[in-house]
Amino acid sequence: MSEVSAEKKFPDRWKKPPFISNPTLRWLLYVAVAVYFATAFGTMDIDWQRAWEGLPRGAEFLASFFPPSLTDSNGVHVTGTIIDGILDSIWMAILATVAGIVLSVPVGLGAARNLSPMPVYLFCRSIIAVSRTFPEVILAIFAVKLFGFGSFAGLVALSIGTIGFFAKLLAEDIETSSTSQNEAVKVTGANWFQWVNYAIQPQVMPRMIGLAMYRLDINFRESAVVGIVGGGGIGDTLKTSFERYDFSISATILIVIIVIVISLEYSSGYLRKWVQ
Amino acid sequence: MPIIDKPDGPVWKRRKTPVQLLIWFGWMVAIAITVMAWKRIAANDLLWVYMPTAGQQAVDMMQRMIPPNWSYMDKLWKPVWDTLNIATIGSVMAMAIAVPVAFAAARNTTPHKLVRAFALLIIVSTRSVNSLIWALALVFILGPGVLAGTLAIGLRSIGGCSKLLYEAIEEIDHNQVEAIEATGASRLQQMAYGILPQVMPTFAGVGVFRWDINIRQSTILGLVGAGGIGLQLSSSMNTLAWTQVSMILLVILGTVVISETVSAKVRHAII
Repeated sequence: MSEVSAEKKFPDRWKKPPFISNPTLRWLLYVAVAVYFATAFGTMDIDWQRAWEGLPRGAEFLASFFPPSLTDSNGVHVTGTIIDGILDSIWMAILATVAGIVLSVPVGLGAARNLSPMPVYLFCRSIIAVSRTFPEVILAIFAVKLFGFGSFAGLVALSIGTIGFFAKLLAEDIETSSTSQNEAVKVTGANWFQWVNYAIQPQVMPRMIGLAMYRLDINFRESAVVGIVGGGGIGDTLKTSFERYDFSISATILIVIIVIVISLEYSSGYLRKWVQ
Repeated sequence: MPIIDKPDGPVWKRRKTPVQLLIWFGWMVAIAITVMAWKRIAANDLLWVYMPTAGQQAVDMMQRMIPPNWSYMDKLWKPVWDTLNIATIGSVMAMAIAVPVAFAAARNTTPHKLVRAFALLIIVSTRSVNSLIWALALVFILGPGVLAGTLAIGLRSIGGCSKLLYEAIEEIDHNQVEAIEATGASRLQQMAYGILPQVMPTFAGVGVFRWDINIRQSTILGLVGAGGIGLQLSSSMNTLAWTQVSMILLVILGTVVISETVSAKVRHAII
């Protein structure tokens, strides 16, 4: 045995192992990604010239956002309009959360495999799947068709969105709840409603309160966009300001939205920690 | 669990009386707020004239939507492809920017407090603005099309990804980093060999999770002219071509279900 072969057996340089250990799979993945990006960019028909021309205009556009102001180009104060829009969004978000949760409790119970028979389970699961698939904005378009322009349409859309979110998580939480507690209540001779009330509800309640706060947060964010398709709220005000080229007002509205979203997120995070 | 002594024996209660009262008070406040919200919405925006006909309208709309216009699918392949590209390229772009931002925002890897504050500002401001609003603004700058949509998705996702990433970085096991540091590694080497391997699975998971969300979001960007299938949706709705609308909705449903399955499979495989 010479020293050379020993060196070969025990290399003194360490190499980081690759993320995917199988070399064939790794290279196939690289090639697939490269091919995908080539075709994607090739078929995207981006009008680069238009984009290029837009850049100086973009700078101008951004500049017109500053300084954020509360008066429009005609010198009219819009503070009242903005406050109205924000309040509208807040009320809409609160109501949508409450209505959505009230509606999602039966759906969630029905979608838990350990509580309900197969046909009910499938029916409730399909409600969840449909309402989760479509973004709130698409739901809002249909709600506007049915109920007319305004926050009520937005409220309906957000409530339906909430059902999909909340019922799914509720069902999953019920499915993973402790069987021993459930059985303990069942052997006392409890009927179905008593069983749900005394065995399931205490187990899932803390998490559900936390999720309700989280959903309130989401609903406020979404209430800022359902206005774009006519669903009322601050989105309505924002869109109007965009269409009137009052960008300094748009900037104010965006800042207000950001501030509210952040404060909501922090308070909901705090409350969730406190409840759990 | 308090037991209250009564003359006819101890009574078991779930909570102490003050706690129970506090909970009841909380519920009362919540109900009061809800009622106030309802009054406000009902007073300003509830158009009662629409109510009696809403059910009829819904049935009518359903009837017009059935059967879906299957042959319209020929014209939908390209928008679906565009939608997928917007979501995918947007997500990749966002991840590429989100990783350095996350390292700058995590308490244990940030070079300086000011850098951290700036990174957090980027995260918060991109995250709080919905991608539809980003798209609305970008269509003004770049003109309608896929590019505006891709950038809108990308911008919104920077904050969304960075937040999850920097939380993951803050939760790493420090012994491993110290072990690397003890070999005399520089800060960058510590990040590459001590931190990155620990957070890599989370990063991949976050990327896939975001891609799944972005598919959903990119279906609506067309409503403001930012490309994808939303463009067909809004034009079909404006021309009252309901059979086309139902076809598009079916396609969206299919795309979302497939992307959700794929992302669930991939996340399951990684984590």
